[in-house]
Amino acid sequence: MRRDIYLFSNGRLMRKDNTLYIVSEDGIKRAVPVEQVENVHLFGQIDLNSALFNFSGQKEVMLHFYNYYGFYTGSFYPREHSVSGIVTVKQSDHYLRKEKRLFLAKCFVQSASFHMLRTCRKRGIHGYESVQIITELSKNIRDAKDVQQTMGIEGMIRQHYYRALNELIPEEFTFAERTKRPPRDPFNALISFGNTMMYTSVLSEIYKTQLNPTISYLHEPSQKRFSLCLDLAEIFKPLLVDPLLITLVNKKKITSKHFENHDGMVYLNEMGRKIVIAAFDERLQQTIRHRKLKRNVSYWYLIRLECYKLIKHVIGDTPYIPLKAWW
Amino acid sequence: MKGEVGGLHIQYYSICKRKLWLYSRQISFETAHEKVIEGTLLHEGSYKRKKKEIMLGDHAKIDVLDQQFVQETKLSSKMQKADELQLLYYLYLLKQRGIEKRGRIAYTKEKKVVEIELNEENEKKIRKVIAEVFKIIESEQTPKLVKLPYCRNCAYFDFCFALEGGDDDAT
Repeated sequence: MRRDIYLFSNGRLMRKDNTLYIVSEDGIKRAVPVEQVENVHLFGQIDLNSALFNFSGQKEVMLHFYNYYGFYTGSFYPREHSVSGIVTVKQSDHYLRKEKRLFLAKCFVQSASFHMLRTCRKRGIHGYESVQIITELSKNIRDAKDVQQTMGIEGMIRQHYYRALNELIPEEFTFAERTKRPPRDPFNALISFGNTMMYTSVLSEIYKTQLNPTISYLHEPSQKRFSLCLDLAEIFKPLLVDPLLITLVNKKKITSKHFENHDGMVYLNEMGRKIVIAAFDERLQQTIRHRKLKRNVSYWYLIRLECYKLIKHVIGDTPYIPLKAWW
Repeated sequence: MKGEVGGLHIQYYSICKRKLWLYSRQISFETAHEKVIEGTLLHEGSYKRKKKEIMLGDHAKIDVLDQQFVQETKLSSKMQKADELQLLYYLYLLKQRGIEKRGRIAYTKEKKVVEIELNEENEKKIRKVIAEVFKIIESEQTPKLVKLPYCRNCAYFDFCFALEGGDDDAT
């Protein structure tokens, strides 16, 4: 099982012989067996050289960079090793044909709202007005005429969902609306950071498949991001990220001291990020029994399976049915 | 797709048509699969003194070649029929180039060697198989999912069986 490593301190990441070494500012060297690494997330100020990039490319280790505030900067995405012209062509076909694109866009929103409602149900607020509205709105997804309408419904669902989330978090974290780039309050900062981690996780799974991460269906392709990651992340955010954040603030693992306010821009400090990442990483390792594979699979692997299902759909094998957590 | 058939296409043909189709479209999952890594290591580690990896055309790659034999090294004889077909294909390709050899499959772990030759009957068989392989890979439609007893050991298992729904209606 390969794992992600997260570097917060400053220093140097280097290739030494045939493995990775992390050298901290005070000169302490630590070896990291490269075969066990899937992604490296760099939060600190880290020096790297081309030998390291070449090595990480060869070992198919992805490097994700985050700026001082913990916002995603970009990734070093090693040369594609699984390419299939046919999959790319078919993926594009499903984008170009309105009906086909709409079908997939709706799937993502349906799965997302299913998971939002699931989170609300599990936390016992299914009777609340905003949750009732989500239930009603999600019935309309089916009838949406185009992607824009689908997005519109999704937007409304999300507004009510965030209103509902307020019921589940301590008063000090209450927020009026979703703000991003930059987040304006602590809980928005948490959501942004959690979503970022979800995004890079999806990216690294897509990378292992033949899917092209720039061709997307719900989101418009190439909006400065690998937009297929945004599509798939919709499914997993309410399933993996939001419940985690709710738990963290309720158990007081995350408190106001984990945030910094920079002229109204609120972001998690290093301690806060470490707590969220540790919880997120642990969560992704958790397993559930897969009904079809008949074995335990991690949440992490569920992302990959979603990619497989998408490939099967676009090549005309098995119609896509989005994940709806059954456990 | 003409001329793009390699030894593996032939082998997959007798193992699973679906795997053949997917593989022919570069939708492959072998690289990370345990058994495949084991096979690669076996290939690299065995018969070091012999000439290895000879390309026939763009896609067929012969493991080992010596004076008399074309040789394939395999982990287990579970798929012997498929291995034989693969080897027959190499013999056939060689024959077309005016080279006549015999085939040998080495199951090193089992200390078992299987010899095979390209007689008239075999040649007919392999010609037929090649034609069918082309038919499958040129088809637009993915061959249907069929649950085979060895599906679980296949690198494509997760791909094929990544499905939603609770009951056993996958097959």
